[in-house]
Amino acid sequence: MKRTIFRNQLLPWLLLAPQLAITFVFFLWPAAQAVRQSFLREDAFGTRTSFVGLANFEKLWGNAEYLNSLQVTAVFAISVTILSMGLSLILAVAVDRMIRSSRIYTTLLVWPYAVAPAVAGILWWFIFNPTIGIMPYVLAQVGYDWNHISSKSDAMTLVVIASAWKQISYNFLFFVAGLQAIPASLREAAAIDGAGPVRRFFDITFPLLSPTTFFLLVVNIVYAMFDTFGVIDATTEGGPAQATNIMVYKVYFDGFVGQNMGSSAAQSVVLMMLVLVLTVVQFRYVEKKVEY
Amino acid sequence: MIRYSTVSAVALAASACAASAETTINWWHAMGGELGAKLEEIVQGFNDSQDEYTVVPSYKGTYPETMTAAIAAFRAGEQPTIVQVFEVGTGTMMAADGAIVPVYQLMEEHGQDFDPAAFLPQVVGYYTDTDGNMLSMPFNSSTPILYYNKNVFEAAGLDPETAPKTWAEVEEFSKKIMDSGAATCGFTTGWISWIQTENFSAWHNQPIGTMENGFGGLDAELTVNGPAQVKHWGNLKRLADEGVFKYGGPVGGDNAPPMFYGQECAMIMNSSASRAGVIANATDFEVGYGMLPYYDDVEGAPQNSIIGGATLWTLSGKSDDEYAAAAAFYSYLSSAEVQADWHQFSGYLPITQAAYDLTREQGYYDENPGAETGLQQITLNEPTENSKGLRFGNYVQIRGVIDEEFEQLLSGDKDAQGALDNVVERGNALLQEFREQNQ
Repeated sequence: MKRTIFRNQLLPWLLLAPQLAITFVFFLWPAAQAVRQSFLREDAFGTRTSFVGLANFEKLWGNAEYLNSLQVTAVFAISVTILSMGLSLILAVAVDRMIRSSRIYTTLLVWPYAVAPAVAGILWWFIFNPTIGIMPYVLAQVGYDWNHISSKSDAMTLVVIASAWKQISYNFLFFVAGLQAIPASLREAAAIDGAGPVRRFFDITFPLLSPTTFFLLVVNIVYAMFDTFGVIDATTEGGPAQATNIMVYKVYFDGFVGQNMGSSAAQSVVLMMLVLVLTVVQFRYVEKKVEY
Repeated sequence: MIRYSTVSAVALAASACAASAETTINWWHAMGGELGAKLEEIVQGFNDSQDEYTVVPSYKGTYPETMTAAIAAFRAGEQPTIVQVFEVGTGTMMAADGAIVPVYQLMEEHGQDFDPAAFLPQVVGYYTDTDGNMLSMPFNSSTPILYYNKNVFEAAGLDPETAPKTWAEVEEFSKKIMDSGAATCGFTTGWISWIQTENFSAWHNQPIGTMENGFGGLDAELTVNGPAQVKHWGNLKRLADEGVFKYGGPVGGDNAPPMFYGQECAMIMNSSASRAGVIANATDFEVGYGMLPYYDDVEGAPQNSIIGGATLWTLSGKSDDEYAAAAAFYSYLSSAEVQADWHQFSGYLPITQAAYDLTREQGYYDENPGAETGLQQITLNEPTENSKGLRFGNYVQIRGVIDEEFEQLLSGDKDAQGALDNVVERGNALLQEFREQNQ
């Protein structure tokens, strides 16, 4: 393999500088600030600051609301990931079978991705609004009294649907690309051997799709844990009774609304660690089962 | 041509000089929409009334957003001179003694004619320390009252001119209304925390915390799980199960007003400042007004209700000129004419006796029934230590706890005693945290 060698020692650094600067200013520095803040106790105005060691973290483990938030986040992230990946896989497989119309179909399915999370939240909030929404009206016809303002499970269902809907387009695009990369000859050979469509999907398509599925798993979990802030803020604001208060929303609420910087910083450090651990686990264990 | 442009350049330079001779101060506020436009009109009035000072108002979003922005700015050394903070932020602002300049001190130092006795004690008491010193300048204060649908009352065979006075009457009237089919629900309410817990307690002369509801210092604890409050929450749960009461959601209860406007619920308890909005939305019926209901078997009820809304805080770290500007602006703001105008436009309470009297002289209350109800209610009795307000740190979260525990009560997970016990327990943990942060 031919390699380009820079004689000048400075040039590569110069070329890297913009990227490094952005990483430092927007990622490393704020993260370091959060870590620093998580060891401090301060009043809102920052006039009284004291170092408290790990006290902010210790408090979290004894706090029922925080433990609830962990549980809510797990339920939420798993539901969003399964729902959005499952639906987009079905849609992608359907598109893969189309010949002429697949382009239009694909283009239309990508639209939701262009919608900002907050707008998606508002859309679903309108659709499911207990007073003016269309869905509660329809559900009332079949005897279900929808009210995400007082019912915890209704609220969770609403935020899961809104968040998953947003992510379907993204997953769909990757699945379509993944499916197209699978040689048709493999499936044809299986068909000749007498395998039906379901059997072909589970024995050939799905295993060969695993690199894509694995990649999307990581992306979706990270999406559900971080990017869904806008959806939660626009629909339930973490309620009722903390039933949809996922970790990232709690970090915002305790820090910016509650002015408790120390606890909020400690929570965001925990969140950072959690995502780090999750990603490492996924790469170490799940990836082994992936066939490239 | 050249001469002409030279002249205009000189004129420009001169006007720039004149502008820089003035002291400009910033005021961050949370008044959007029509209230924001009126606020800017008031500021314009002040700026035009003299040529020494200019106040520049900036809208910073909701109350929590405005407060957060001001605090973040303070930490970065870029704070405005004046910031509007909602009443639940009072505890946080008061505890930050290095970050604020108390109003009484500001007015004294800058020679403004300032008489604390001119203010309505029920309004300023909320923002006064235990020595009687006013710490912030009240701007928009309101108190909850009862609104009812006169047409529905009439259709149900009730006297449309008589509002229910007691909770027993609220229940009796509601059932009559529902039985007659005039409306499907008796009543709803905004603000479970502010109206059905804090104001309920003051109105029945019950404490919600120790040390004069927190006025006495940072060591105060919540005691809102008293028998009167437990009885009331228990009743609300029972009435909700019977369909008489409908819950409008947490915080301000955004879903409550539409139920009243749509004639689904015959009565609503909400802020006196929402009067204009109620009239604008009540297109198909006539609105009646009443004071908050009370339990006649609770001794001391009705006492007086307490206020909500926001006040103006002066932040530290500014120059003398800037404080002089703030002091002059506060004087202008509390003058009877400005106050009466703001009160009549917005429905917020006037902060001085003079503004109240002026509004009455102008015949405003005769032409606008219901506009005085809130005022009569807060001035009904001399405030006691249970009814002058409350002052707790971390109160934004504590209000959240009140909503959450009320929701637990409604869902049947807890009874009234259990829910209020939990409010006290979780609230005290938040107070403990606040104490640690501020020591």
